[in-house]
Amino acid sequence: MDAETKKVVYDPLVDNNPITLQILGICSALAVTTTLAASLLMCLALTVVVACSNASISMIRQHVPSSIRIIVQMTIIASLVIVVDQLLKAFAYDIAKTLSVFVGLIITNCIVLGRAEAFAMKNPPMISMFDGLGNGLGYSLVLIIVGTVRELFGSGTLLGYTILPSVNDGGWYYTNGLMLLPPSAFFIIGLMIWGIRSWKAAQVEQPDFEIQKKHHSEVV
Amino acid sequence: MSTDDKLSGSMLARFKSTMDQPNDSTEKTLLVAIIMCLACSIVVAGAAVMLRPIQESNAALDRKRNIVQVAGLLAENGDVEAAFENVASRMVNLETGKFSTDIDGSTYDQYAASRNPDMSIALDKSEDIAGIGRRALYSEVYLIGGADDFEQIVLPIHGLGLWSTLYGFVSLSSDLTTISGLKFYAHAETPGLGGEVDNPVWQGKWDGKLAFDDTGEVQIEVVKGVVDPKSSQAIYQVDGLAGATLTSRGVSQLLRFWLDEQGFGTFLQNLKQGEAS
Repeated sequence: MDAETKKVVYDPLVDNNPITLQILGICSALAVTTTLAASLLMCLALTVVVACSNASISMIRQHVPSSIRIIVQMTIIASLVIVVDQLLKAFAYDIAKTLSVFVGLIITNCIVLGRAEAFAMKNPPMISMFDGLGNGLGYSLVLIIVGTVRELFGSGTLLGYTILPSVNDGGWYYTNGLMLLPPSAFFIIGLMIWGIRSWKAAQVEQPDFEIQKKHHSEVV
Repeated sequence: MSTDDKLSGSMLARFKSTMDQPNDSTEKTLLVAIIMCLACSIVVAGAAVMLRPIQESNAALDRKRNIVQVAGLLAENGDVEAAFENVASRMVNLETGKFSTDIDGSTYDQYAASRNPDMSIALDKSEDIAGIGRRALYSEVYLIGGADDFEQIVLPIHGLGLWSTLYGFVSLSSDLTTISGLKFYAHAETPGLGGEVDNPVWQGKWDGKLAFDDTGEVQIEVVKGVVDPKSSQAIYQVDGLAGATLTSRGVSQLLRFWLDEQGFGTFLQNLKQGEAS
């Protein structure tokens, strides 16, 4: 891999992460991370979709009329998502059942359309595919961390293997019910964003507006 | 050159000239849209058609797995198909409470039928304690260990919990009173609370409970909190799920519905008296 490809693939992992910096794709990150296995499958599905959609959109980018470009992108993304969903139902039936609608909802995942519009429409197919791969991996990194924390503290297991034997199964660990509910993913992602922005201060955004100090003269 | 060749030649020329137009011309926009739609529909239809046999066999295997699991026939990592060989499936007419051969069980979907007005009846609000709205006229039941002298009978059940409809199976022993297993295979209850209906420890508590009392009334219920073992009702009661009162109540109600007259009640009575065929 040359330097540029490397940058395109590795940049979205931390420096330009789609979830923690661009705050895209939060919905599915909250919904599917109750177990690590479901998170992993979702990561795989999204990474495949975003890499393939970037590559195929980039291939036809010279011929896409600008008036219908979003519809063309959506059609390609939607088709790929349906194909991935069908493949999962055929070859990973049990986990596909737990993911249910969320694979279908990859269509509305902002990361996919965002990369198509921002990168694939302006760059050749190979590098676009790598860009999709990088962003998929960035999304995956966050989902795997959130999924690990939630499954470990919520059910005391990892990938279904017992790590902390829970009280319900006769062990000692009182499972944290909050970890199994979507808001916990919100807190975990929030803490991750805080952590990353303290480590890399360049990611801190300037406030859009500042609250003015009160003018005492206005108060009678 | 035949006329067909000429026609296709001129169409190809027309296609090329349209593709050479600026991207935003009306003609090219239409052409790109049509090609996109065709290409994508071929891909989607191809995937759906080619994968359907595998998906259907997955769904069928999943159903079989749930049936043999609720009957306790499946050893850890055991072979589902082998375990299912002990299972005979029969159709039951829920109105007459007798076995029926009017309908082919291999293609029958009870949950599709309960949405079809010709194949189901609407339930009165007061009768509909399971919250299902309509009930199919026929249901498939599974006899474990031979159709004539079965050891267990597995009945499909469903009903409303807190957020979702719970779909599952209950298995009764050959006395048609003792519950030998309960399992739900599809629901969307809160993970960790109502979702604990999937917990094997809780499912194990159903084994040996009695569904009916001596007079044949349905007595089984999920109580709030823990069952008092000294109570005379304890044999009809199962511990509630902590923090999931509404899901627990839903499970009680749906069991009472399906085991009573509106559900399999008549059939179970007939079966007990040997008049089900």
